[in-house]
Amino acid sequence: MTTGASFREPNAAERVQAAGPCLTCVAVALAVSAAIVASFVYLGADYRGLLSSESRRLMLKFVAEFFPPDLSSAFLAKTAWAGLQTLAVSAVGTLVALLFGAALALPAAGRFGTAARAASRLALNVLRSVPELVWAALMVLAAGLGPFAGALALALHTTGVFGRLFAETLENAPTGPEAALHESGSGTVAAFCYGTAPQVAPQWLAYTLYRWEMNIRMATVLGFVGAGGLGQMLYFHLSLFQQAQSATVLLAMFVLVVLVDSASTVLRRGLAPAHA
Amino acid sequence: MNAAALGAPALRDPQARARAGGLVAAIVVLWPLLVLAEFKPWVLFEAGNLKVMGSFLIGFLPPAISIEFLGLLLVATLQTLAMATAGIALAWVLAVPLAFAMTPSLSVSRIGPGNAWRRGRALRGVARLVLTFLRAIPEIVWALVFVRALGLGPAAGVLAIAITYAGMLGKVYAEILESGDTRPARALLEAGSGRVAALCYGLLPGTAQELASYTVYRWECAVRASVVMGFVGAGGLGQLMDQAMKMLNGGEASSILITFLLLVLLADALSAALRRLLA
Repeated sequence: MTTGASFREPNAAERVQAAGPCLTCVAVALAVSAAIVASFVYLGADYRGLLSSESRRLMLKFVAEFFPPDLSSAFLAKTAWAGLQTLAVSAVGTLVALLFGAALALPAAGRFGTAARAASRLALNVLRSVPELVWAALMVLAAGLGPFAGALALALHTTGVFGRLFAETLENAPTGPEAALHESGSGTVAAFCYGTAPQVAPQWLAYTLYRWEMNIRMATVLGFVGAGGLGQMLYFHLSLFQQAQSATVLLAMFVLVVLVDSASTVLRRGLAPAHA
Repeated sequence: MNAAALGAPALRDPQARARAGGLVAAIVVLWPLLVLAEFKPWVLFEAGNLKVMGSFLIGFLPPAISIEFLGLLLVATLQTLAMATAGIALAWVLAVPLAFAMTPSLSVSRIGPGNAWRRGRALRGVARLVLTFLRAIPEIVWALVFVRALGLGPAAGVLAIAITYAGMLGKVYAEILESGDTRPARALLEAGSGRVAALCYGLLPGTAQELASYTVYRWECAVRASVVMGFVGAGGLGQLMDQAMKMLNGGEASSILITFLLLVLLADALSAALRRLLA
């Protein structure tokens, strides 16, 4: 139709019509809907039952049992102690991970040759891809019930995360200062400590604080497999159907998470961005 | 040596004293934490613990690959995937209206005359509070509570994911809608269109990709979360893992761990592919 009538730019509506429906979009939308329907069918859970008056009554009764929470001073003290233990577990786990993560980041950044680089990357990947809760279940076998198992589990997973992030920071840091120190005769360790470490330290610190925040949240639930802290208390009281006590522990978890959230928002304003 | 002999400044760290002080302070702070966390590395090497762990780890090889166990594994894997997908679908249904209510640039009362904007702002505050409450408690805690109410099985896991992820999706949806160009929506509202039209024609065209991409990313996170959900009895791979560990069956545990890793890799790849398609 290029002959004859003068050429006119098509307007938006005409362009949309000419492009036709986006076939890929339609296919993806259909596949996603099919996956969702298949999931509900496969699980076969009958959520209509939730809406029947009988089960609604049971649910309301279940929820009502949680109120009022047990606010006796003895139990509050116990909860506060468990909360402190949770904080300690997260802090110790993060610190141990900081040490081992830094130690593994050096070979992972290729400072000791290709073989060491590949080996440490493999180790870091394995450490990172096993979830904390699985590590905790394993560590309960290795170290017995208690908060130490939780700290170890956090340390193992977080080491994997730190190793990779720290290595990336190391690889991206400018090499000039370290090379200059080397050439003026300083030793390898001193050249690293005074040439490269000050450049990567702010980013490492940002990552550490960010992961610590995540680990506090994780430490509250590690207790479900017997690794101490608030989680173990919640598991214990729920197992005994002591809903009032469970409600107090849930409340403590809520307060802890909200506090950490707002504290980290305030603290992180002045730090390097931690995207992980 | 030479430098000192020549009268040049000694080769020492000028900040040595400050650093040493910092170290001592750190140890003083750290000590109570170590005590509180019962940090006793030597228990790892006690004979009893070494024996339990050793025999368990030796059992890891070879992984269990009997036909009936592989069948169980397949069912658990499908259950895990279905739990994540159904959970995210429910979360989406919960999150969309809350995000819709919470986005200030879709507020008609903010533009118009009168005092209705106070009520609008209060309502947005309530929606924000609901979302904060939904996402503050980790999903596995909800799962533990729901298992008591609904019995063992994936139903509890689906609801747990739905609640926590609704909180996350709703908050981030509202943030994404607000971060784009909000002037088209404003223009539509000022010209008298409704909220839904302002959302569909004013905000969505600019932000739909990012919204979809974030949803896919959250699905990937939900797969990781539902892998461990079984530890509290909510079905899937975690429940199988829990049983294998309680029986100290190393072969089954290693098969499950390998499946874990493959599943997470698969979810990673699928989510990356979907997001590339959207970009």
